[in-house]
Amino acid sequence: MSDASAAVPEPLPAGAGAAAGEPAEPGAAPRPGGQRARLTGAAIIQAVTQGSSAVITILAIFLALVVGAVLIVFSDPVVTRAWSSFFADPGYALGQTWQAVSYAYSQMFEGAILNPSTISAAFHGGSVAAIFYPLSSTCAQATPLILTGLSVAIAFRAGLFNIGAAGQWVGGAIVATWLGFGVSLPPVIHIIVCVLGAFVGGAVIGWFVGLLKARTGAHEVIVTIMLNYVMYDLLQYLLSHPAMLQKPGQTNQIAPYIANNANLGHVGGPPPQAGVGFLIAVAAAAAVAWLLSRSTTGFQFRTVGASASAARTAGINVERSWIVVMLLAGGLAGLSAATVIQGTNTQLTFNSYGTYGPDGITVALLGRAKPMGVVLAGLLFGALHVGGTYVEAATLGQVPADIVQVLEGLIVLFVAAPALIRAVFRLRATSGTGMEAVTKGWNG
Amino acid sequence: MTAIVTAVRTPLAVNRRYTAAVTFGVLGLINILVVGLLAHSGDAAFRLSPGGTGIQIPVIRVPAAPVCFVLGAICLGLGVLRATTELSQRAKRLSIAAVLLSFVIALLCWADAGAIPLNVINIMQGTLIASIPLILGALAGCLCERSGVINIAIEGQLLFGAFAAAIVASAFGGLWAGLVAGSLAGGIVGLLLAVFAITFLVNQVILGVVLNVLALGMTDYLYDRLMAQNASYNTGITFGSIKIPGLSSIPVIGPIFFDSNIFLYITYAVIIGVQVALFYTRWGLRVRAVGEHPTAADTVGIRVLWTRYRNVILGGLIAGIGGAYLTIGSVGSFNPDISSGFGYIALAALIFGRWTPLGSLTAALLFGFCLELALVLPTVNSALPPPIMNMAPYVATIIAVAGLVGKVRAPKADGEPYVKS
Repeated sequence: MSDASAAVPEPLPAGAGAAAGEPAEPGAAPRPGGQRARLTGAAIIQAVTQGSSAVITILAIFLALVVGAVLIVFSDPVVTRAWSSFFADPGYALGQTWQAVSYAYSQMFEGAILNPSTISAAFHGGSVAAIFYPLSSTCAQATPLILTGLSVAIAFRAGLFNIGAAGQWVGGAIVATWLGFGVSLPPVIHIIVCVLGAFVGGAVIGWFVGLLKARTGAHEVIVTIMLNYVMYDLLQYLLSHPAMLQKPGQTNQIAPYIANNANLGHVGGPPPQAGVGFLIAVAAAAAVAWLLSRSTTGFQFRTVGASASAARTAGINVERSWIVVMLLAGGLAGLSAATVIQGTNTQLTFNSYGTYGPDGITVALLGRAKPMGVVLAGLLFGALHVGGTYVEAATLGQVPADIVQVLEGLIVLFVAAPALIRAVFRLRATSGTGMEAVTKGWNG
Repeated sequence: MTAIVTAVRTPLAVNRRYTAAVTFGVLGLINILVVGLLAHSGDAAFRLSPGGTGIQIPVIRVPAAPVCFVLGAICLGLGVLRATTELSQRAKRLSIAAVLLSFVIALLCWADAGAIPLNVINIMQGTLIASIPLILGALAGCLCERSGVINIAIEGQLLFGAFAAAIVASAFGGLWAGLVAGSLAGGIVGLLLAVFAITFLVNQVILGVVLNVLALGMTDYLYDRLMAQNASYNTGITFGSIKIPGLSSIPVIGPIFFDSNIFLYITYAVIIGVQVALFYTRWGLRVRAVGEHPTAADTVGIRVLWTRYRNVILGGLIAGIGGAYLTIGSVGSFNPDISSGFGYIALAALIFGRWTPLGSLTAALLFGFCLELALVLPTVNSALPPPIMNMAPYVATIIAVAGLVGKVRAPKADGEPYVKS
């Protein structure tokens, strides 16, 4: 059982790597040959035939798209009719199928990555910025997902399952909103105060979970789930009272717009743009990467995650690690709220929290609880979300945007089941996925 | 290793005794200071018979504030007792039950002081009904996890069961067909869980979350494509109420337990079935052996993987019935995300109940009671904003888990795939 670092070496102190660095699976066989893969032709071929984690991920995405295609076919009456007379005219059925599926997926691609027509338009005097519009929407969608993904991932690394990113998100959003419209500050300072406030708002919720776990042994899964509902209800309460967060003169559950000074700017072009929020997400990922791989605290997190009892025996303060990691996880989820409230939405409503919390879990799983992986997974899911909305509009509701959720679930399912992928694509060998150490059972 | 660990862990163990005592004390003080002192003057009244015919029991009236004070004093006394003396396990549980009960009664007195009488029968009935999906979900999880497979997919099983039940019952006009379909749909999610967890050795926590995402995505998708466009797939038919002859005319007990639709009676059967099967049969002994020590079980000839497959699928079938309740047993028509987190609450009930059927049942009833209170109390006492009342079950869970239950121990092999070596 090796892990993803066989293909993507993560820098680690030489001694630490063996002791408790990269999730050391109990009973893991020593890796054959050197620890680091060289990028030679042979290594690449080996990676493909044996199914390295990158290859598994790509195949998993492919397989998910294939299953998604079945769904698209079933929901298209023209195609299903063509299939009902398959034996009379198989070519027609297959042609219709190909047309429906390729149209849906190409629309998804055009909406999320690149629309070829904008390039030719640019050559004929159109806007150059329009070429980058889909990509920037993808980045904007990915921003909060990356941050909640990091929130879940960092907790995973310390052996905790943070289902509570949603509640922490709400905590951050409440503080960011309140600071956003309630106080008046100069331009840059207002942004910083709000973002920090959102971090604190989320961190308090996360800290509380860690504290309960450390002091009373309360399982973080239960406490985070329950706190999610508590925070939703709190948000509903705050948004239905003008004395609290509700916009005056409103009957809807909606907060006032935050001040212009608190808005995270965009980098060029018309909105929605990848703005400062995206930079915050990337910076947070870099910071988490540094923390996990280079700092004592991060080392302690990973040791606790690998085995709490071993860490305790080694003299690491396990309870403190739990508290600190949940505080950071909550803070990251709070930052996610800041990028939404101060970036794309500029206003808190009862539905603002959307599915950022649950999506954070899938993003963290797909990214194998590693910061870089989380960024890539966040971008993929961001692209899927943008593409899903686009394809729903392009097919007039024939292919609902919900298909994206199915695709996301399937991707993570297949990534987590390398044995299945190997069986389907006839790959040899048994290297792991790097997911083995992501989570543990209840007895952790 | 265990010796070292226990030695280092003792601070937590010592804490334990005082956490419970402190929690008792805090709840007692709330009873006195918050609930008692803020109660409106006047009596709280409780009605113990349903309106209309039948044997009528006079309404019970008690002065609200004094009752709160007395109950608070009881809690404080139990807290002191808990902190100073080492109680037996049974006494500990009884004390927890007594404290929770007095807290609830104090809360009811406070809410109802000076208002119209609260109909206790209706509240109990509502509690039982609201608990059905929670009980079935928790028992499904219990079957699954006792055999060593973590089941976070309860939510997905409920949701898929709810969808299948609604669409089959509507399309074919058969409620029983809907019930079977709902159960089977839960079983399909269970089968997926089993295949990926047992055969493909996928991390079970990840798997559960993913299956929930998939179930939500699929039902949303199918709702959009089928139900939203064709109302005949979502007619909203429901099972009618069945009065058990004789039993339903017993005062107090009758209307609560024996006057409901088929789902409540199925739930009774499942509760008894799971408890008896797990703890009083050879079958259950084997299941528990597989969940605690699969290698040992394998050595004596128990088929570990088969046992797990069977239990996971069986759990799925049971959770599917709970899902079916959400549509054809309750509101009728399906709506996206109709399970709205019940599966996760069932999971919490399972953990809170320490992976035992009766413990899960108690916890599920507690959650159900909180859900029911959140519905009822704002109608009696307008001082309670509904969103704050809605928090009650969740806050209660956190208090219970942190203050009273603490660290729990799952079946030893729970979540660990078994690979024959």
